[in-house]
Amino acid sequence: MEALLTRLTIFVLAVFAGFEVITKIPPTLHTPLMSGANAISGITIVGAIVAAGAQESLLTTVLGFIAVVCASINVVGGFLVTHRMLAMFRRKG
Amino acid sequence: MRTTLIVGTYLLASALFILGLKGLTHPRTAVRGNLLGALGMFLAVVVTLVDRRIVDWTVILAGLVVGSALGAIVATKIQMTAMPQLVALFNGLGGAASVLVAGAALMGFGLSEKSLALQYAAASAVAGLIGAVTFWGSLVAFGKLQVLIPERAMSFTGQRVFNAVLAVLALGLGAALIVSPESSGTWYWALVGVATVLGVSLVMPIGGADMPVVIALLNSYSGLAAAATGFVLMNNVLIIAGALVGASGLILTRIMCQAMNRSLTAVLFGGAGPPTEMKMTADEVYGGKVKSATPDEVALLFDGARRVVMVPGYGMAVAQAQHAVAELADWLEARGIEVEYAIHPVAGRMPGHMNVLLAEADIPYEKLKDLDTINPTFEQTDVVLVNGANDIVNPLARTDSSSIIAGMPILDVDKARTVVVVKRSLAPGFAGIPNPLFAADNTLMMFGDGKKMVLELIAALKST
Repeated sequence: MEALLTRLTIFVLAVFAGFEVITKIPPTLHTPLMSGANAISGITIVGAIVAAGAQESLLTTVLGFIAVVCASINVVGGFLVTHRMLAMFRRKG
Repeated sequence: MRTTLIVGTYLLASALFILGLKGLTHPRTAVRGNLLGALGMFLAVVVTLVDRRIVDWTVILAGLVVGSALGAIVATKIQMTAMPQLVALFNGLGGAASVLVAGAALMGFGLSEKSLALQYAAASAVAGLIGAVTFWGSLVAFGKLQVLIPERAMSFTGQRVFNAVLAVLALGLGAALIVSPESSGTWYWALVGVATVLGVSLVMPIGGADMPVVIALLNSYSGLAAAATGFVLMNNVLIIAGALVGASGLILTRIMCQAMNRSLTAVLFGGAGPPTEMKMTADEVYGGKVKSATPDEVALLFDGARRVVMVPGYGMAVAQAQHAVAELADWLEARGIEVEYAIHPVAGRMPGHMNVLLAEADIPYEKLKDLDTINPTFEQTDVVLVNGANDIVNPLARTDSSSIIAGMPILDVDKARTVVVVKRSLAPGFAGIPNPLFAADNTLMMFGDGKKMVLELIAALKST
């Protein structure tokens, strides 16, 4: 139970940190924010990597493999497309 | 030692994610911010490869190569106009990964002892539920945005009851998973199955113009699913990254709802809303009052104009007219006319959709003004050019308290000296109501395709 509470503490504090940082993002960057945040949510990839490599059973390996594919599309595609978009935002002149 | 290295690197990655998001608070620092986030992800992935539980790297590398290649191809080929569906798709894949990882964890890997502790079971149930809803909901949103399935709201009678039954069923299966861990796998996949139907059923009744809310909400869910998976794996970097994304999506959802003056529950469960009795029919509003103008006639309006405001809507995105609009603005600015852009928060199909399109057309971001900044300036504006927008410039939101859009913040374009509306027809927008702006004394309608009409207008300006 104590372990769970420790993790919950981290979760709640991270939510607050997220609120603080993200409310300051201007509307003009909302689309890159979504795609960039989306790429960050692909962090599940670290769990997927362990699942794919631990070879507990054929089933977990297959699940892990599919998860690695999904998450890496999410991560690589997300950061790249965000970069493409942000590179277009320019100042006057 | 190895564990220390891994956990320490995860801490570094978490800090980089926060710094990365912080970079997005200004266009000048945004590129660097995104790179910091990517660096954090790269470090987290690399350090995970030395995890002691991994006995074979072939499957991992195969997955990484396939996924990265697919992601890179899609991200470089995609058209900027297709960004909403791409974000929907990526959201969905994130959700799917969470479902699969939590599932794999339940089936054996990673749990120190086979007897499931309460928190693991509960967290898996949450990850499976939210992850599957995210995946299938995102696929439906993708289908709608790509117009693979009809974009309008689709619902059936009793859908709310149906969804409620599914939700209760999902909770029941989650409880079963916690109570009887010996057959947790079965309960988990049954839960994922129910969540699948729920995800489809929740997004199907949501129509085109409400998409920004749904995309933002699914964005939040993809983060929450990752965080829940973090509780299953007892992994802090997943919890932190997931919480950040969850918060980000929730903030955007709230902003989108406020911009439509609708509550989240109304968007999610109201469907298209009950057919409200129309106080005024389209004929009463438009009858004999709508003035149509040719590009040549509109070109004369810019003679002596000092200030012009462009109002882009979803129609501009569909017509791919952003480059034509930018060309027109360049021509006007070369003649000393001030040009600005009025961006409504829910113009388009996702938060910030118009900004990205206009940035693609090389328009400096300083000229893109939000609702509160631009509204007081319309009275000093000579010409407003509305391109493919409807509900977001409908004055009924201000004047008719019984209207479906009553109280929604709108762009007060009707206060400008002259309003030119480029639109295919007088067809109503998503709200399904007529727009008195089109019949106003100071409004001229330029009927036709958003890109073609602007190009003809430029030609007309150049020939005078």
